[in-house]
Amino acid sequence: MRLGPVFSLAWRYTVRHPVQSVLLALAVALVAAVPVSLRLVLDSAEKAFLARAAATPQLVGARGSALDLLMTGLYFKQQPLPVIPMRQMEALRGQKLARVIPLYVRFQAQGAPIVGTHLDYFPYRGLALAEGGMMTRLGDCVVGARLARQRGVKAGGSLFSTQEQVFDLAGIYPLKMRVSGVLEASGTADDDAVFVDLKTAWLIEGLAHGHDDLAAGGSDTVLKEEKGNVVGNASVRLFNEVTAGNIGSFHFHGDMGGYPLSALLLVPKDEKSEALLAGRFLDKDSSLQLIRPLEEVRKLMETLFKMERLGLVLFGLVSAGLLGAGGLVFALSFRMRRRQFATLADLGVSRRALVLTKLCEVALVAVLGLALAGGLSLAAWLNAEPLVKLLMRG
Amino acid sequence: MSALRVQNLSFAYPGGSFRLEVKALEAGAGVPLAILGPSGEGKTTLLRLLAGLLRPQAGEVALGGESLPGMADGRLREFRLRRTGLVFQDFALLDYLTVGENLLLPLRFGGGDLKQGEERARMLAAKLQMERFWRQPAGSLSQGEKQRVAVARALVHRPAFVFADEPTASLDLRRRDAVMELLLEDARERQAVLAVVTHDAELVPLFARHFQVEGTRS
Repeated sequence: MRLGPVFSLAWRYTVRHPVQSVLLALAVALVAAVPVSLRLVLDSAEKAFLARAAATPQLVGARGSALDLLMTGLYFKQQPLPVIPMRQMEALRGQKLARVIPLYVRFQAQGAPIVGTHLDYFPYRGLALAEGGMMTRLGDCVVGARLARQRGVKAGGSLFSTQEQVFDLAGIYPLKMRVSGVLEASGTADDDAVFVDLKTAWLIEGLAHGHDDLAAGGSDTVLKEEKGNVVGNASVRLFNEVTAGNIGSFHFHGDMGGYPLSALLLVPKDEKSEALLAGRFLDKDSSLQLIRPLEEVRKLMETLFKMERLGLVLFGLVSAGLLGAGGLVFALSFRMRRRQFATLADLGVSRRALVLTKLCEVALVAVLGLALAGGLSLAAWLNAEPLVKLLMRG
Repeated sequence: MSALRVQNLSFAYPGGSFRLEVKALEAGAGVPLAILGPSGEGKTTLLRLLAGLLRPQAGEVALGGESLPGMADGRLREFRLRRTGLVFQDFALLDYLTVGENLLLPLRFGGGDLKQGEERARMLAAKLQMERFWRQPAGSLSQGEKQRVAVARALVHRPAFVFADEPTASLDLRRRDAVMELLLEDARERQAVLAVVTHDAELVPLFARHFQVEGTRS
């Protein structure tokens, strides 16, 4: 039996009924591509999560959700995380078991997280400057590579912190930050963050401020003077930018030991220190918790994989429905074309050739569907990493 | 020996009351046969029996000395594909194929010379004024145009036996005459057996032999 005419007939039917063929092929493509793409994205997510978690031995934060602490400490996701006082960091440093790097993640600069930290953070994460210098002055910031590219920010430029409540006049005012440098790309959450010194983060929060020198400002800014105390009137200017001229007027109020932090990155000196530190946070009554990010990420991935399996089961049912519907479309199509197949039989075309013609039509749609699935999977593979980063950012 | 020979043929559709019986029918090569009779008397049934599309319950149908009822299904299909040309009452074209592709269908499946076949198909299409529709899908043709394509398809592979069921029913007089001229001339030139079912009294004189069909109902 010659297969040429069989293929030719099936091909002509397929290409001359493009809507039906493409819809059926799309059904096949979805059935094949969705599980593959999902797996690729999850693999990429696992890789991205694990890489950062593996580079972070221990993380300390207020007792509560370990996941919130993880997302805040590693990925700068602003979670409703209770703060810990600055004195906790000092206490941990005093134990001399680990390098302690503070993080304060509360504010944003037009959607990008502002991360208050110390200069230790940059060498710890292996972050290098692409241009400019590190933050050296109150009000300075260093910008992640992708954020700088997206916003067109360069060293010497500026960024504003975002006001939390636009209509709250007593609330936090935006701070115009000087961009002292831009980081090289690292492929991590650091690329999308604005880094400031802890004091700048507290400045944004309103724990520090700068204003006109009331003592030297003359009578028009002074409401009243009492013993050693000068009260300003409404015309006193509060600065929203730190400059060489006004930096001297910035000052902090209250006990800095009580100033807030979101989390502490711990880099233990050795395994023994690591074990000792872990043991010190086992007390359930402690207001702090210590997590090992790698373990937490693995737990998170396990949950995701369970969800994936559940999703795949559900998708399997949908796929069976889709394939069933596709099969029904073919069956109906063959039934509606019964007269055409009968014509071919009447002309003398063999039963085998007729069956092969039908199979060939199904195979062509399947091949087209699998090609589309390949394309979709390739797109998923190529975009898995950016997609995961986008999801982690969002 | 007659090219077409029927003897003591008996056929009834399963569960039906209609029965067709033909004692004897013969037709020679190049001698056109008209199958006549009132509607519902079994003309199409007889044509399908002659073409091997139906198997009789009894009797003999032989084409070129080969007994059709005795042939296995596969052999019979091959015989039809290579040696018979069929014009169906409803034209039976594949709508999604172009006119050219429909015409070449028997050659493609039957394994004939496609180049020569295409030349002949184009010649037949030209004779039936269908050449300009060569690349047009059959589904977009009028009834008359489809009928002319069906006639050309029946002749394209030079079959020894041509069976046509009402091949001019959808045509105007001029085109009817062109189709009949083509069928008769082709059968004469190639010495093929031509059996045509027709109701058209004007066409009857064109046939050298006539056979009146009379079915019975119980």
